Amino acid sequence: MRDPAAAIQTGEHAGREAASNRAFGFWIYIMSDLVLFSVLFATFAVVGGNYAGGPRGKDIFDLPYLFGETMFLLVSSTVFGLATLAAQAGRKRAVLWRLVIAFLLGLGFIAMEIGEFRGMILAGYKPERSAFLSAFFTLVGTHGVHVLLGLVWMAVMMGQVSVRGLTVPVRSRLARLGMFWHFLDIVWIGIFSTVYLMGVA
Amino acid sequence: MFGKLSLSVIPSHDPIVMGAIGGATLAALVILALITWYRKWTYLWKEWVTSLDHKRIGIMYVILALVMLLRGLSDSILMRSQQAFAAGGSMGYLDPDHFNQIFSAHGSIMIVFMAMPFLVGLMNIVVPQQIGARDVAFPFMNSVSLWLTVAGALIVMASLGLGEFSKAGWSGYTSLTGKQFSPGVGVDYWIWAFQIAGAGSILTSINFLVTIIRMRAPGMRLMQMPMFTWTTLFTSILMVFAFPVLTAALFLLTLDRLMGMHFFTNELGGNMMMYVNLFWTWGHPEVYIVVLPAFGVFSEVVSTFSGKRLFGYKSMVYATAGITILSFTVWVHHFFTMGAGPEVNIFFGIATMLIAIPTGVKIYNWLFTMYRGRIRFATPMYWTLGFLMTFTIGGMAGVMLASPPADYVVHNSLFVIAHFHNVLIAGTLFGFFAGYSYWFPKATGFRLDEKWGKRAFWCWLTGFYLAFMPLYLLGFMGMPRRMHHYVNPAWHPWLIVAAGGTAVILMGVLFQAIQLAVSIRHRHNSRDLTGDPWDGRTLEWATSSPPPPYNFAKIPDVNDIDAFMDMKERGTAYRRPDRYDDIPMPENTACGLAIGVAAFMLGFGTVWHIWWLAVLGTLVIIAAVIVRAWNDDTGYTMPAAEVEVIENRRRELLASAAAHAGPGKGYER
Amino acid sequence: MKIKVGLLFPGLSSLCIAAFTAGCTGVVIFDPKGPVGDAERFVITAAILLMMIVVVPVFVMGFWFAWRYRASNKNAAYAPKWDSSPVIDVVIWLVPLAIVTILASLTWKETFRLDPYKPIISARQPINVQAVSLDWKWLFIYPDHDIAVVNHLVFPAGVPLSFRITSETVMTSLFIPQLGSQMYGMTGMETRLNLLAREPGVYMGQNQQFSGRWFSNMSFEAEAAGAEEFTAWVQKVRSSPVTLDMARYEELIKPGAARQVTYFSSVEPGLFKRIIERYVPATDTAHSHRHGNHAPGGR
Repeated sequence: MRDPAAAIQTGEHAGREAASNRAFGFWIYIMSDLVLFSVLFATFAVVGGNYAGGPRGKDIFDLPYLFGETMFLLVSSTVFGLATLAAQAGRKRAVLWRLVIAFLLGLGFIAMEIGEFRGMILAGYKPERSAFLSAFFTLVGTHGVHVLLGLVWMAVMMGQVSVRGLTVPVRSRLARLGMFWHFLDIVWIGIFSTVYLMGVA
Repeated sequence: MFGKLSLSVIPSHDPIVMGAIGGATLAALVILALITWYRKWTYLWKEWVTSLDHKRIGIMYVILALVMLLRGLSDSILMRSQQAFAAGGSMGYLDPDHFNQIFSAHGSIMIVFMAMPFLVGLMNIVVPQQIGARDVAFPFMNSVSLWLTVAGALIVMASLGLGEFSKAGWSGYTSLTGKQFSPGVGVDYWIWAFQIAGAGSILTSINFLVTIIRMRAPGMRLMQMPMFTWTTLFTSILMVFAFPVLTAALFLLTLDRLMGMHFFTNELGGNMMMYVNLFWTWGHPEVYIVVLPAFGVFSEVVSTFSGKRLFGYKSMVYATAGITILSFTVWVHHFFTMGAGPEVNIFFGIATMLIAIPTGVKIYNWLFTMYRGRIRFATPMYWTLGFLMTFTIGGMAGVMLASPPADYVVHNSLFVIAHFHNVLIAGTLFGFFAGYSYWFPKATGFRLDEKWGKRAFWCWLTGFYLAFMPLYLLGFMGMPRRMHHYVNPAWHPWLIVAAGGTAVILMGVLFQAIQLAVSIRHRHNSRDLTGDPWDGRTLEWATSSPPPPYNFAKIPDVNDIDAFMDMKERGTAYRRPDRYDDIPMPENTACGLAIGVAAFMLGFGTVWHIWWLAVLGTLVIIAAVIVRAWNDDTGYTMPAAEVEVIENRRRELLASAAAHAGPGKGYER
Repeated sequence: MKIKVGLLFPGLSSLCIAAFTAGCTGVVIFDPKGPVGDAERFVITAAILLMMIVVVPVFVMGFWFAWRYRASNKNAAYAPKWDSSPVIDVVIWLVPLAIVTILASLTWKETFRLDPYKPIISARQPINVQAVSLDWKWLFIYPDHDIAVVNHLVFPAGVPLSFRITSETVMTSLFIPQLGSQMYGMTGMETRLNLLAREPGVYMGQNQQFSGRWFSNMSFEAEAAGAEEFTAWVQKVRSSPVTLDMARYEELIKPGAARQVTYFSSVEPGLFKRIIERYVPATDTAHSHRHGNHAPGGR
């Protein structure tokens, strides 16, 4: 029946090919996600000035707080980059530790974002108050949900690394998570500069 | 517990709706009973529902498209008969609310649940074989796409019996679709049906982009890909860029409706024209998404049945690329009358006209493919010729509409309806029917009945002209689209003619049903033993009909655009490989189905504010993805010995076919 | 089988053309009653005729090639490998390009000339009408005459008719087919439309954009009257006991299906502006002066 050696060989080859196809497919996915964010950015550009008598950006944005929030995400991304390096070197424990740190930093970002939203809503600045607030909460919130899903994914990957080790499929998944995590950084920088910085200017 | 859902939402007061529900339920029960009677549940589950085989998935897509075609057609019959009656003082036999749901459902279904599944089905059956691949790049994701599309279709169907469907047209213009003007669940059904099917479409486009770019047989350069593969590639590019825009627009509309936000509302700074812009940023590319693969089918068919290489292959590729790029630059022509300045209108007007150039080039290339050919008039060729003549009229109307001053008087009139049905029926649908009859033997192993096929064609063609030429005229007579009733007596006779045309189309569909039944009954006499019933030119004809799960025991080497014709001419087409290898195959899984069911729960739960169901659906989707991600070994290996057995069986079939007639004579019987 | 095709296509197309040219009653777009409609009919005709240069050869070649190169005709040439010809390539790219270029330059000129915002040049002062679409009726305010009408439009023939359009409900489109162009009405925005009726007559007017349950009832009579008749009509409206102020307007905008005509003998000053401003966030100093803040629509 099966020739185990040949099967492993074809399996390895197929695995590498599959991993590279997946990376390519994931790039395309990121592109389509970028289109989605572009629409949200464009929406913010169109209705972001419609305050309808409600608050403006400079009334509700707290830049130092946001700077801290941003640092959480950027450092998390950097640490994830270090985890990727460790994965290439095959250092499982280092990968795990760095993933844990990246995860906690990401969690910090989410916590701060929730804190920011909560403060605004308690102050009466709800998304239904004006088109500006609708667009603001939606753009920032959609990014936040992406980060949250990224955290779930990271948790799964911590499990896989510790149980399975750094196998070909696990490393390929880590690489894609890395693409996703860095992509969210770039989107956040876009949000930080167009929504927050230009909002208080 | 059940949100806004209660027994009172069943429209039990409306005999027409209840009749439709009864009919649909009865049909479903009959099918379920038959499956049980013939004890086919296990077979269906193992071989179809959980299958990751791209050919099986493709067939299921096509079946979905055909079923939804029936639903969309029923809607059109109701609409046309209503307008044939509701002249002068008459209100016809439908309530305006019901009529408005019908045309909204008709458009939504025909575009998203008929045209889309049909094209994705054909893509699935054909593209991997055409490029000499064993499967698509992501077989599991393919199954997820299928079941998401089915879930979307089920959401539309659920709206028939529970509550209502949208009353605001398939394009769902705000602020009519906002909470203020559409407080019911109809718009939510429409949103979630589109949203879920749209997610499936994005996954499909990613899948086919990777498949076509990364998995072509050795030797097949991009400029040697069959035209259908090319059009699939361009359609996938359009899908991957256009569908997220729809996703975003519908997401914002959902937030407006559910959370009281103000993206598209009249109040507090909302901007409803922003929705219109976003919708057509998707909506215009969408019409090219559905028509480009049809163009691909025509290219394959016209070349095969003319027994000749496709004329102007490079021109065709560049023309398709041109259409792809231009299609993103024309969306404003859907609302020239919103009061934008002439400099804006003329930009989008001329951009639209430019599309006529590559489209015209394609038409002439098809004609010159026939020139000095040996044309065999099988059913696919009938559809192609019907398309060539009829589509051109639609194109002419399109160029006229592209001119803003002309649009100012025919915008939103029945002229527009005539135009886009002219290009979508005579272009897209005829193309899919051509593909359906062309690849049917490949997918199933037996041919479709030619006699009934041609009868169906003639009904569709005459029915089309009868149903839509009067609409061009009615547009010039100033009749708006979407009218429940009207007072102008001059419109009445033409609407009766149009209703008659719809009846002829209905007969065409009936003949197609008969064709399918007759063909299945006579399948043993019309088996395609060679796998090459039409003397095909591209690689999908190199496999047996139906193909083995792995398509190709040995991946072919490609040296020409018409790769299989080239192999036949050089005598290498049916050469037996020196040895067979083990082939890795994807293992069946019910995970795709689970995600589809969960997506339905999410959509249905949100429509009716049954929040636990929506949350449960979301959690199931996330859980299914995680479970799947934990499974590294999602395939099995088909041993070489088993491959050899399958291939030897095929050789016997080939030998017995050769004893009767040479390959390529098949269709003449 | 091909003979059938040969009969069917010319048969059907001649049927359609016959229907057009016989001038069967009510083909209003081809029977315009004003300069805007005239010019638009010209653009339509020009587009159709120019496109015929591409369309006719398709029909001719389609039938001819299909017949000539049918498989049973063994006398016809057969060139299975022939797949390109630089000459044909050049022709099939350049001819459509030339046609589109001609049509585009024509359209360019006409689009600027027929801009619905552009006032119609005339020795006579234009008559101003402010149109508001409601669920499901039309309100026409005559600011210069201080009157308003629901579901009936009367204006002097031979005088430019200048509309300012908005909506109190969803998007609508004001259209009098025999006079030419239509224009959307949108809440919080003002759009414009300029038309002219050459001769007196009663023309059909309608909402061309689906707007909900009783959309089909949004048709009205657009009556181009002689100068004296118009003055008499204005007097008749002024004798109406009803006037239109904001309170009455709030009554009027309640959704209803009736095709009733109502006359208002006077109108609260600035009502039209107030109707638009209901939907423009008033405190928006930063943006509100730019067309009610709604960048993609209106001007």
